[in-house]
Amino acid sequence: MQFSSFSELIQMGGQGIFVWSSYGITLLVIAINVLSPLLRRRALRKEIKHSINREVRQHESNS
Amino acid sequence: MNRLWALIKRYYHRLGSPQYFYDISTRFLPWLVAVSVLLCGFGLIQALLFAPQDYQQGQTFRIIYIHVPAASLALSAYLMMALSAAIGLIWKMKMAEIIAKVCAPIGASFTFIALVTGAIWGKPTWGTWWIWDARLTSMLILFFLYLGIMSLHAAIQNTQTAAKSTAILALVGVVNLPIIKYSVEWWNTLHQPATFKFMQKPAMPADMWMPLLIMMLGFYCLFVVLVILRARCEIIDRERRSRWVKELILATKQD
Repeated sequence: MQFSSFSELIQMGGQGIFVWSSYGITLLVIAINVLSPLLRRRALRKEIKHSINREVRQHESNS
Repeated sequence: MNRLWALIKRYYHRLGSPQYFYDISTRFLPWLVAVSVLLCGFGLIQALLFAPQDYQQGQTFRIIYIHVPAASLALSAYLMMALSAAIGLIWKMKMAEIIAKVCAPIGASFTFIALVTGAIWGKPTWGTWWIWDARLTSMLILFFLYLGIMSLHAAIQNTQTAAKSTAILALVGVVNLPIIKYSVEWWNTLHQPATFKFMQKPAMPADMWMPLLIMMLGFYCLFVVLVILRARCEIIDRERRSRWVKELILATKQD
């Protein structure tokens, strides 16, 4: 362990702002990359389900 | 030899099928997620808490543990995109076109991380956020190449035309890769040379480069996870008229 206390870890001898902002931005970008396909998946599912239901209704009204 | 060729051919055709890719990725995805979370988590703890500080750069040195893996991935993602694009262009392989497409936003993200963390590292260490030297400029060009490929995809409605045009752009952009890789050796620059060289012991102690190696592996696993996540969406979108996708959608619960 390189740091003796939590505040020392945060400050990193005055250089904490550089280190933590780098790690923060990285985490944010990766989180966006994980979330965006998950959200798109959900939207696609809804969309396709709707169109299947529409097809089924049309089929029923025709017959 | 003939047997081997037949085996390669069989797997080529299988993996070329979006449905096969979807099924097999469903099985592998949880494991890949677990491995990348473990590697990144362990690597992060090592990088932030246990790695010693650099005798010249101090604590800012810790940025290396995300900067180098991100930059390395930025290049690898481009290579993978260009290779898949070429395969898609030559053999019209659907799955290759999909992989080529989904690599672009992920590669752009990692290039962005490399550029931003590099700038944040540069300010306290070399006294500037940015200079127009060979490594930094070629990395910025890589970022714009990714953005160009993404916007070309967004601008062309027809999927086949889009795949073709973006493939050509991606292949032209390959010239940039050796320039990035060797820029620190060809030109005098502010950027330091590579930490890991093939068949050579790194110039840092093991407790410094071990976390870096772990983070690299973790980032590569994470990249595979991100590619699979996006590719699965793309498959569902493109194959929405097929029977197996409809069955898959109807089989899942409302969410």
